[in-house]
Amino acid sequence: MAEALLSLRGVETHIGRYHILHGVELDVPQGGLTMLLGRNGAGKTTTLRTIMGLWRASAGAVRFEGRDITRLATADVARLGIAYVPESMAIFADLTVQENLVLAARSGPPRAERLDRIFARFPALRRFWTLPAGLLSGGQKQMLAVARAIIEPRRLLLIDEPTKGLAPAIIANMIDAFRELKDGDTTLLVVEQNFAFARRLGDTVTVMDDGRTVHHDTMDAFAADQALQQRLLGLSMDTHQ
Amino acid sequence: MMPATETTSPPLRPSGAPPHAARGEEGPPPVRARRDIVPLLLVPALMLAALPLVGSPASWVTLSVAGLAMGLMIFVMASGLTLTFGLMDVLNFGHGAFIAVGAFVAASVMLAMGPWMGSDSLWLNLAAVAPAILAAMVLSGLLGWGFERVIVKPVYGQHLKQILVTMGGLIVAEQLLKVVWGPDQITLTRPPALRGAFIIGDVAIEKYRVLAVAVGLVVFVVMQLALGRTRIGLLVRAGVENSEMVEALGYRIGRVFVGVFVVGSALAGLGGALWALYQETVTAAIGAQVMVLIFIVIIIGGLGSVGGCFVGALLVGLVANYIGFLAPKVALGSNILLMALVLLWRPQGLYPVARR
Ligand SMILES: Nc1ncnc2c1ncn2[C@@H]1O[C@H](COP(=O)(O)OP(=O)(O)OP(=O)(O)O)[C@@H](O)[C@H]1O
Ligand SMILES: [Mg+2]
Repeated sequence: MAEALLSLRGVETHIGRYHILHGVELDVPQGGLTMLLGRNGAGKTTTLRTIMGLWRASAGAVRFEGRDITRLATADVARLGIAYVPESMAIFADLTVQENLVLAARSGPPRAERLDRIFARFPALRRFWTLPAGLLSGGQKQMLAVARAIIEPRRLLLIDEPTKGLAPAIIANMIDAFRELKDGDTTLLVVEQNFAFARRLGDTVTVMDDGRTVHHDTMDAFAADQALQQRLLGLSMDTHQ
Repeated sequence: MMPATETTSPPLRPSGAPPHAARGEEGPPPVRARRDIVPLLLVPALMLAALPLVGSPASWVTLSVAGLAMGLMIFVMASGLTLTFGLMDVLNFGHGAFIAVGAFVAASVMLAMGPWMGSDSLWLNLAAVAPAILAAMVLSGLLGWGFERVIVKPVYGQHLKQILVTMGGLIVAEQLLKVVWGPDQITLTRPPALRGAFIIGDVAIEKYRVLAVAVGLVVFVVMQLALGRTRIGLLVRAGVENSEMVEALGYRIGRVFVGVFVVGSALAGLGGALWALYQETVTAAIGAQVMVLIFIVIIIGGLGSVGGCFVGALLVGLVANYIGFLAPKVALGSNILLMALVLLWRPQGLYPVARR
C-alpha cells in the first residue's frame, strides 16, 4: 500500500455520554480514493467529523502528512488543505450560490478556469448563480456542496454520501469530477451507500460496523467477494442498485 | 498552506453576474431572486393606517417622526444583540448594561463640557456631543469585550446558564453604575443646536428626532454594506446560519464573534447615548427598561436578521407613538400585541434566518 496521507490509530470518540467510536483504524493512501462503507449507524459520519475536529477524539491519534492533528481546531484542520462535504451538505441557504463559493475559496477570488470546470460539470450552479442557495433543489445543493469543496486545490476531500438524491446523469458527472480530482493529485475519502458508485470509483475499501473498522481491502478484491459483502454490509453489491 | 487573506481579499463583485455569462452559450438564462419586501411595506402601511385614526395631519407627522426616531434608536441598540444571538446562539441579557454605560458616559462627558454644551455655536455644541458619543462607544465596546471573555465565553452553547449568568451580569453592572455615578438620576439638557423644532407650515418636527433618524439610517446602511459587500460580512452571515461549517471552511469563527460582540456593544453604547440625550435624564435602570423593547424587536425581526431588526424597530417605535397618542392606557401592552400579531403571521419573525 502507498504511503498513507491520512491515518487513524485507535481513535475513540464520545458524543456527550455516548461512546460512539471504539478504536477506528484507517489508512487513506496518498493520491487514491478510499471508500468508507458500513451499515447505517456504523459510525462513518462520526469518523469524518472526528477527522475534521468537529468531534474530539478521546483516545487514539489522527495523523495527516505525518503530523498529529488530533487536537487541532477545525479551522486549522481545514487550513491544512482538507475539505469536508457533510452528509447534510450544510450549504448556506441565505447566501447566494456565488457567495457560497466565494466564501469557500479562502485564499482569494475563485479562479475562472476552476469555475468553468465546475460549471461544465454542474451547469445548474451557473444558472442559479445569484439565487439564495436555499432555493436550490436537493440535488443542486449537493452539487454546490461538492463545488464548494473543490473550488480551490485541496490535499484531501472528505465527502459524506455525495450521491444522495442525485439523478443518474448527475451521478455520472460526479464520478467524472472525482476521477479528475484524483488525476490532479487530490486524495479522497468518501462515505457511500450507492454501491455501484462506490465500486466504480474506489481504489481501497474500509468497512465499519458498530463504531469499529472491521475490514480493509482493495476495491477489486472486495467487489469480487460476495459472501464478504453479505456478511459486512448485509447485502451484496450486485443486488443493491 | 495558503496564507490567511480574509481581510485583504477584494470585495465581491456587486453585479453578481455569472462569470462568462456574456458568451451567450448553452443553457437556459440565469434565474434571479426576488426580494421579500412585504415586511418592509408594513412600515408605510402602518403609517397610512394611522393617518385617519390620528386625524390631524400635523399631529400625524409629529407622531410619525417621533416613532421613526424612537424606532431607529432602538434599532441601533438592538442590532448587535440580534447578530450575537444569530452567530453564537448567545442570549445576552447583559446587553442592557452596555446601553446604560453608554448613556452614563455620554452624560458625564457632556456635563463636563458644560460651557460648550450651553453655547449658541453649533460647532461648539457638536464639539461637546461628538466626543461624548465617541467615549460612550469606546467604553461600551471595551466593556463588551470584557463581558464576552469573562461572562459569556464560559457558557457558550448552554442557554439556561447564559440567561442566568448574563442576567446576573446586568444586575451587577447596574449596581456598579450606582456606585460610580451615584444613586440619583442624572439630568442633562440638550445643547441649543439640538433643541427646538423645524416648523414647516403647521407641522413641527423636533430637530433632535431628525438627528436620531439620520444616525440610525447611517448605522443601518453601513451595516448592510458591511454585511453584504465585504468578506467579513459574508463570514458573519454564513456564521449566523451554520458556524460549524464556516469553521470547516477554515475560518476561525470565534474571532469573528468577538469582533461582532464588541461592535454590537459599541452600538449599544451609541444607542444609550442617543437615548440619554432624547430623554434628557439617565438612571441606572435605563438598560433594563429598554431591554424589553429590544427583545420584542429582535423577536419580531427574526433572531439573527439585521434587516428584520430594522423593520421590527420601526414598527415598534411607530406603534408606541401612535397608541400612546390614541389610547395611552393600552400603550404598554401595544408592543406585545404587535409581537403576537407578527408571530401569528410569521412564527419565525419577519425575516427568518435559515438555521441548520
Ligand atoms: N450527536 C449525536 N449524539 C448522540 N449520538 C449520536 C450523535 N450522532 C451520531 N450518534 C450515534 O452514533 C452512531 C454512529 O452515527 P453515524 O452518524 O456516525 O453513523 P453513519 O455510519 O454515518 O450512519 P448513516 O449511514 O446512517 O449515515 C449512531 O448510533 C448514532 O445514533
Ligand atoms: Mg452518516
